[in-house]
Amino acid sequence: MADDPRGVVDIVARESYGRLIAYLAARTGDVAAAEDALAEAFVAALRTWPRDGVPVKPEAWLLTAARRRLIDRARFERMRAEAEPSIRQLVREAEAMSEREFPDERLKLLFVCAHPAIDRGMHTPLMLQVVLGLDAATIASAFLTSPAAMGQRLSRAKARIREARIAFEVPDRHQLPPRLDAVLDAIYAAYGSGWDDIAGSDPRRHGLAHEAVWLARTVLQLMPDEPEARGLLALMLYCEARRPARRTATGDYVPMSEQNTDLWEGPLIDEAERELSAAAALHRVGRFQLEAALQSAHIDGARRGDIDWRGIALLYEGLVGTSPTAGALVGRAAARGEAEGAAHGLAALDAIDPQIARTYQPYWAVRAHLLQRAGHIRPALDAYDRAIGLTEDASTRHFLLRRRAELPKNVKWGRA
Amino acid sequence: MQIVMLIYEPAEDFRSRARERPDLIAAWRAYYKALVDAGVYVGGAPLEAPHTGATVRVHGGQRRVQDGPYADTKEQLGGQLILEVPSLDVALDWAARCPTAASGAVEVRPLSPLIRELVERPDGG
Repeated sequence: MADDPRGVVDIVARESYGRLIAYLAARTGDVAAAEDALAEAFVAALRTWPRDGVPVKPEAWLLTAARRRLIDRARFERMRAEAEPSIRQLVREAEAMSEREFPDERLKLLFVCAHPAIDRGMHTPLMLQVVLGLDAATIASAFLTSPAAMGQRLSRAKARIREARIAFEVPDRHQLPPRLDAVLDAIYAAYGSGWDDIAGSDPRRHGLAHEAVWLARTVLQLMPDEPEARGLLALMLYCEARRPARRTATGDYVPMSEQNTDLWEGPLIDEAERELSAAAALHRVGRFQLEAALQSAHIDGARRGDIDWRGIALLYEGLVGTSPTAGALVGRAAARGEAEGAAHGLAALDAIDPQIARTYQPYWAVRAHLLQRAGHIRPALDAYDRAIGLTEDASTRHFLLRRRAELPKNVKWGRA
Repeated sequence: MQIVMLIYEPAEDFRSRARERPDLIAAWRAYYKALVDAGVYVGGAPLEAPHTGATVRVHGGQRRVQDGPYADTKEQLGGQLILEVPSLDVALDWAARCPTAASGAVEVRPLSPLIRELVERPDGG
């Protein structure tokens, strides 16, 4: 590793990017300036390390280089008077720091990215860029937005951090629960939909699954006693464990009930189980622990060949109580449909706000399935069409088209 | 805002799309229904294959007619949809659901109300 300067830069960039940004930004309150300074430090590293050799402490070297750049910028722009003392302090600290480990401020940075003063929709993109260093184009693709628009929104969000003088701090005890929820929500949004047992996997975000798991591990490392952080990690590990079974060799979608359980990754499931038990031992149940428990129940049921739908419906009941998202409401309806019969599931679907249901693909996929089971063929055809028309993933579309084609053909077309 | 979705199809899709690909037509019919039910559909126009048409230029008083499309690319314009949507982000959601997005490409472009108003203004002023 030490022989290849470019390799070292890559590794430091991957492992330490968030720590370096967090350290610089926590002292200046200016994320964008910290990013610019660090980017220039990396450029300088690529120029000088191959010539002079890799420094003994690459991070300290980068920190010093970034600090110099911040000082130059402060002089050049004659930075606002109030910013100067913090820059001075940064310089003093960084000088003292370069000989030893610098403190890990990433937790503060995560709380800044998911701060209530910042547009909710930007929490996850901001986190991905600032803590992990992903570029705007990658983030834009994950969130199905134009890269130019995403770049502008990220710049605005960073300007907001500076202008609103959002404090780089871990919220105190009574503020912590909602603020931590926002951080965990943002991480889960990076992971994507957890509802892959319904025919509604969300492939647009699969590329960020590893990043999300990494972020959750980071939060847990810094806040080991938060059961919901542990629940979130367990939830994502369960989903990751089933990933190899979710597609056939040719890429076709496989619903959970038909997945080959031998393809599931046992060690990941074991790790998820351990995390979930550790979370439960803290006796503060929440949304992510419930969602992880649902995954656990599905996996356990599939392995035993006997799924406890009543238990699953109860878990969904709890989930709807704490966090009534569209996914939770549709999941509860699906579970009731299995536990109590299709009519009960359909009644639960009918109770969902039509505005929410209108373009929510899993709603129509579950509806089609339950109508088919109840023998309402014409409305089932209609619901399959809605589900197919709202599907983004080609293999899920193919799966639903096949299901639809299996319905009896001798029914005259009509609406529900 | 109104946007146009320009739908580009690979050559094999043009050759097979109507007769040999009932699944593609079924997917498109479902997609069309979803657009209408969501209240975003304004209009649409599927096109015949590029070789059925021709391209005209009049440069320096000289007419030039060439068979087929304007540019010879791997994917060709196969049709267009006009949608009424609240934002470009919502338009991109619908573009991702377009069945042809999986085999070809879908370009999303806002219509230009300014140019339209200038062109359609009766007094020409």
